[in-house]
Amino acid sequence: MYRYLIKRTFSALVVTWIVATLVFFMLRAVPGDPLAAMLFDVGDPQAAQELSQKYGLDQPVHIQYVKWLGHMLQGDFGSSIYGSRVPVSQIISEALPRTISLALLSFFIAITIAVPAGIFAAIRKNSALDHSMTMLAFLGLSMPDFWLAILLIIVFAAHLHWLPAIGYVPISQGVWPWLKHLILPSIAAGTAFSAIIARMIRSSMLEVIKTDYIQVARSKGLRKKTILLVHALPNALIPVVTVIGIAFALLMATTVVIENVFSIKGIGRVLIQGILNRDYPVVQGAILVVSVIFIFTNLLVDLLYTVIDPRIRYE
Amino acid sequence: MARTSTAQRIEQNADQNSAESTDHRSRWADWWLTVVHDKKAFAGLIVLTILLMTAVLAPLIAPYDPNAMEYDMMEPPSFKHPLGTDDLGRDLLSRIIYGTKISLFIGITTVAISLSIGVVLGVVAGYFGGWLDHIIMRYIDLQWAFPNFIIAVYLVAVFGTGILNLTIAISLAFLDDFARITRGMVLTIKKEQYVSAARAMGASDYRIMRRYILPNATAPIIVQATVSVSYAILAEAALSFLGLGVEATTPTWGLILAEGRSFISRAWWLGVFPGLAIMLTVLSINFLGDALRDFMDVRESRGLI
Repeated sequence: MYRYLIKRTFSALVVTWIVATLVFFMLRAVPGDPLAAMLFDVGDPQAAQELSQKYGLDQPVHIQYVKWLGHMLQGDFGSSIYGSRVPVSQIISEALPRTISLALLSFFIAITIAVPAGIFAAIRKNSALDHSMTMLAFLGLSMPDFWLAILLIIVFAAHLHWLPAIGYVPISQGVWPWLKHLILPSIAAGTAFSAIIARMIRSSMLEVIKTDYIQVARSKGLRKKTILLVHALPNALIPVVTVIGIAFALLMATTVVIENVFSIKGIGRVLIQGILNRDYPVVQGAILVVSVIFIFTNLLVDLLYTVIDPRIRYE
Repeated sequence: MARTSTAQRIEQNADQNSAESTDHRSRWADWWLTVVHDKKAFAGLIVLTILLMTAVLAPLIAPYDPNAMEYDMMEPPSFKHPLGTDDLGRDLLSRIIYGTKISLFIGITTVAISLSIGVVLGVVAGYFGGWLDHIIMRYIDLQWAFPNFIIAVYLVAVFGTGILNLTIAISLAFLDDFARITRGMVLTIKKEQYVSAARAMGASDYRIMRRYILPNATAPIIVQATVSVSYAILAEAALSFLGLGVEATTPTWGLILAEGRSFISRAWWLGVFPGLAIMLTVLSINFLGDALRDFMDVRESRGLI
């Protein structure tokens, strides 16, 4: 188990390094290198010379790369090329709590809806309830997340005035203001996720209900509730965990868009704004952070899988 | 002479084995019957046909020029403007009709590109194995670790915005799905007797891949392609909505939504109808894809339902 843990962590770190390297070289290989553009903007050759020395652009690429990697490891992502030149690490550390709040809240809302929905759909297979759940799941997956966000804003913010349409308030300023700003974004981000999980739980429950030990439990005369919750559900959840991993990755992808609809300055908004402003240090930092989130969520899900299903032992 | 005829016979046998059903026409008839009996799939087919016709006939159907501005700004839906007008007095219905063209075009083109590249990568990796397989699959695995949409955003970050870059980004972002599925199929098919037979008869690698392996790998690839088109349309809409996509003069559904975003509190129609178009399209494709998956009995594809 520990060997597996170490091996997997090591490979996750290697993937992170590969992504970082790709980011470094690709952003520099493309025409319109922002630093080069900045140097041309200066107009004065001597000033340009100074700038290029300051950013190390006069050195060979491999030396630049090693230096850059060193900076990255120290958490120094450079600073935004716009305005007051805020350090990228500061932008990211401000953005991360917002993204994490949004992702976690979406996750919990989605799970609270999906698990009972999936179980009920499985118990009442082919009932009207089951069919309408299937329909809702299809709708949830076919609806663009940002459109759902807009619909929610139209109804609950613009017309009913129940919840704010945009913005974010840190939890330190009170739980309710924080929650109030996150309810609509979380619903918008969690819907597709919820649809996937509900479908997965349904089919997984249906598989488990057919097995012998459930038949045994039934012939012993156990109550239906006991059979479902104590005997069937835990086993039905095992395959769901892997799907949760994939679905969580999709959820993170969704938050990138949702943050932009609700003007929440999380990591996704930082990334998109960075791309639109051609603010490369910011883009670079945001891509790395987003990638690390994905890589380590995958790792976490793999490890969680061994904990939940004792039958699985990795070498 | 006798030898060549034996060779021909073996090849013929292999050919017969290689096609899943010997009678293609009855297979299409089966497929048609399945769709007609599946209410959802049938509805999906009808909606898609209408959308495709809308895309082709856009200049004839659209009541106004999609970029023509009038003085009726932010008019609610009426007889004159069935879906209302936007902040610049442009007819929303006409813009959505023209948007159909671009959204469907990008959805289909990107999947065609990523399918072609992905399938070639998958066949090469699966068929030849060895270091070639290793290199290709390490890259595919790397891309697989991230959702397609995120890969597309990363690529736009590198290439820059605009319709061409957007198309390239989405195409590349979706190719890992095709490469994986194809490789998996090739690994199974490679071991079949008819492939060994063809090889024994001296068929070239290219011939084996094209004539014996690919035809048997088509079912899952077709199913994946259907699913991918709906995701590609969603990805294009999301990227255009974020401003990473097309130029402002080209109406796509995502862009129309983005432009209407600031006015939705006063003009709900700007927020409702373009998204409805996206949802209808994606829903129809998903319904069809679902029927296709059941019909072809394909398990392995990156569909979500």
